[in-house]
Amino acid sequence: MGIYDIIFYLFAAITIVSAAIVVNTKNIIHSAFSLLLTFFGVSGLYALLGADFLAIVQIMVYVGGILILLLFGVMLTNKITNVDIKTGVLNVIPAILGLGIFGAVLIFIVTSTNWHVEKLVIPKTTTSMLGNLLLTDYVLVFELLAILLLIALIGAASIARRDKE
Amino acid sequence: MEVGLNHFLIVSTILFSFGLYGIVTRKNAIMVLMGVELILNAANINFVAFSSFGNFGINGQLYALFVIILAAAEAAIALAIVLNIYKTFSKVNIDEINNLKD
Amino acid sequence: MLDTNIINISLVILLLPLFGFITVVFFGKRFSKLYLLEVAIIVAAFILSLYVGYTKLTTYLHQDLNFSFTWIDFGNVFGKGSMHIDLGIKLDNITVIMLFVVTLISMLVHIFSMAYMEGDKRFSRYYSYLGIFTFSMLGIVLTDNLLMMYIFWELVGLSSYLLIGFWYEKKSASDAGKKAFLTNRVGDIGMFIGILILFTNYKSFSFDYIFNQISNGVLPFGSEAWLTAAGILVFMGAVGKSAQFPLHIWLPDAMEGPTPVSALIHAATMVAAGVYLGLRIFVMLTADAMLVIAVIGAFTSFFAASIALTQNDIKKVLAYSTVSQLGYMVLSIGVGAYTFAFFHLVTHAFFKACLFLGSGSVIHSMHHEQDMRQMGGLKKKMPITYASFVISSLAISGIPLTSGFLSKDGILAGSLAFGHLTGHWLIPALGFLVALMTAFYMFRLVLMTFHGEPRNKEKYDHAKESPFVMVMPLIVLSLLSLFFWYTPNPVSPEAGWFAGSWVKTPHTVVPETSRFNFMKSDIMTEQDQTSEHNESGSIVEPEEEVVHSEMYMHAMHWAHYPAMILSLVLATLGILLAFVMYQWKKISPDKVTNTFNKLRLYNGSLNKWYVDEIYNSTFIGGTMVLSRFLSWFDKYIVDGIVNGTAAFTRVFSTISGYFDTYIVDGLVNGTAFFSGSIGLALRKLQTGKVQTYIVLVLFSVIILFYLIGPF
Repeated sequence: MGIYDIIFYLFAAITIVSAAIVVNTKNIIHSAFSLLLTFFGVSGLYALLGADFLAIVQIMVYVGGILILLLFGVMLTNKITNVDIKTGVLNVIPAILGLGIFGAVLIFIVTSTNWHVEKLVIPKTTTSMLGNLLLTDYVLVFELLAILLLIALIGAASIARRDKE
Repeated sequence: MEVGLNHFLIVSTILFSFGLYGIVTRKNAIMVLMGVELILNAANINFVAFSSFGNFGINGQLYALFVIILAAAEAAIALAIVLNIYKTFSKVNIDEINNLKD
Repeated sequence: MLDTNIINISLVILLLPLFGFITVVFFGKRFSKLYLLEVAIIVAAFILSLYVGYTKLTTYLHQDLNFSFTWIDFGNVFGKGSMHIDLGIKLDNITVIMLFVVTLISMLVHIFSMAYMEGDKRFSRYYSYLGIFTFSMLGIVLTDNLLMMYIFWELVGLSSYLLIGFWYEKKSASDAGKKAFLTNRVGDIGMFIGILILFTNYKSFSFDYIFNQISNGVLPFGSEAWLTAAGILVFMGAVGKSAQFPLHIWLPDAMEGPTPVSALIHAATMVAAGVYLGLRIFVMLTADAMLVIAVIGAFTSFFAASIALTQNDIKKVLAYSTVSQLGYMVLSIGVGAYTFAFFHLVTHAFFKACLFLGSGSVIHSMHHEQDMRQMGGLKKKMPITYASFVISSLAISGIPLTSGFLSKDGILAGSLAFGHLTGHWLIPALGFLVALMTAFYMFRLVLMTFHGEPRNKEKYDHAKESPFVMVMPLIVLSLLSLFFWYTPNPVSPEAGWFAGSWVKTPHTVVPETSRFNFMKSDIMTEQDQTSEHNESGSIVEPEEEVVHSEMYMHAMHWAHYPAMILSLVLATLGILLAFVMYQWKKISPDKVTNTFNKLRLYNGSLNKWYVDEIYNSTFIGGTMVLSRFLSWFDKYIVDGIVNGTAAFTRVFSTISGYFDTYIVDGLVNGTAFFSGSIGLALRKLQTGKVQTYIVLVLFSVIILFYLIGPF
């Protein structure tokens, strides 16, 4: 068991445990902060897979953007002074049951499948390769995503706007 | 046992299951969004893992990148919707918002 | 084409009153003077019929004018050959004379009514009814077939009904109308059956065609008995309409109608239609049928005269007198005195119309008082009415110089000859007895009404002569009751043009075996020749008018003078008796009454021999009993069956209802309940919560895994 494996298990543990906390804690604030750890763990896994650019983007976008957005949402929809910042649960038993089976099935599928696996090659950097692809093969997708983001921005602003009464 | 593709996939599966569990069980809309993010992350792990262990370049990483972008957009829109729901119903517990029934 | 002209004019005469009826009935209310149009129309019809009569009797004396067209063509009826119904008119001598009589009396009645009905609230309706009556009466007169005859027959029945019940506010009037109509129906049923017997056999309604067929030996159902039956059945219509014995009861009641109507319909024209029908079918009457008819006529005339003796209502006396005289005419048909039947019809029409209008005049001036016991001494007040009344009474009694003498004498002579030839002496005996009675009751009427002291002073003082429009018809009619219109010789009708040349007894068409002996032709060949002529055309040469055998002619000659003298003696006797009893008061009527009443004769006559009561207790009572029985039958048997069925149905329905409720509905409800339960269970899934749906999707995916997965 090399250093690589140890690091993998570490990040995997961080990811799974924090994800478990996210979905199991009653306090939304706790969930949000656990989610931060999860994203971080996932980012580590990306790094282990050689996706350095993606790991950075994960931290920047998720942690710096999405998570902050979620926190804003929490703050705006729950009075902070209110004790009832906790959230209730439902469908716990069927969910546990269903997801237990589902997860078991998925793991069974994953393990029983004979994947075609190449030797893991970790490149120096992926940034330039991604940039090349983005402006050559995927330039259309790139542009569409840009427009999508613009629309999402305007749409979000439009939906969330307070009506003038 | 050496860490291979399967390990990443299992982590991804577990993450996915937790995400789905969160979506199904939480009452708060924002918690549901968090579950969605977990699922998206699980998917991204799969993209990157297959990309790295496969022999088809780094296209998988690019898809993961797109997913992240879409997730950002989705989060923005979803939060706007949640805010709107809150304005309308004065609550964000989606089990109480069962107008779909009627 | 003069004959076409005549036909066309006849049609115009027929249709003019119809036009008047339609106009007056629709517009009479708006234009109160419109009745004058009706009067003008009838005057025009009278003038036209005068022209038609004149032309026919001068130019076409021995020729019948026919006009007919196919009304309904049935084509080739399966198994019956071609069938069609023809309508048409036929002008022979009796037709044109009847045309004249009807239009004349109708015209006079129209004129008379202008004063008599003045102020009546349904004045214009009265005239419209008169119009439709005249129309239908003319239809009867003109028709050449039994179908049209029957149609117009019913139409006169209708108008008679309408006019009898004209003052329908009076219960007696509306009852009388109903009685007249229903009684006539009884006779008409027989007539209808008779017509159908003829139509079934000859497929034609036409008189000429039927008679031709009979003379060719084609008998109904091949039997003479059927011919007799057909004749009597058709004659039943005449029995009803002419108020012969079993069905005479309606005519006296019909006097509830306005008096001019009584004069027109119930004395002169409509009731004579029965006799007219008898004359029309005369040639097809067998000996048996004629005997039946003669007996009916003789009995009716005696029966009615016996009632007329004691009646106190002036119109009732005249009504029974009418029945009696109609009986004479029927008797005359029965004994084969065709000419005199028609002659008496015409003369009777005039003098009886005159009597009725005269009584109308009296009633009018007495303010609708009809009881003779309230009258008396009116001769000073109403000289013209009195004079015309006396002339008519003399005519009906059969005093020489009047028309009645001529016709009545002929009938009596005919019956006497008949009695002599066949041995049925009762018929002439009754005839002569009636002559006596007629003279008596008519002069009883005259004396009680016009002579003596006024019994009701108050009414007498108010009485005065009627206005000109009422008196004028009386004068005309009383003049027509004199002899010189008919014959130049006041004692011999045959010497005149009426009985001498206008109206000739037609050849009988019935087979030789069904004739009276005296009607058999002497020489067979002659008969055959005549038949041939009848077939080839309707022209009958006068020299071939050998109708009666030598034997009959002999008998007639033999009977002529005895009959005349006997009837004259009897009539004088009757008149004298009336004078003795009511003028000179040598014999108290009360004493006579009491004498006769020992045998209950007086009361019997006064109460019309209880015929109405007998009918009430037999026919009407019988009908009532039958109705009650039928009602009971209906109520308990028919209704019982119906109700039983209903009850059964109800029980069955109840059972079926239970079955429905518990079994069928149970199944349906069970299905519904089952679906509902499932729905209720499934409804739990439809929480409206997105997350629950996701859980379900999750489980579904698991199941899909299981189903399509590699495990």
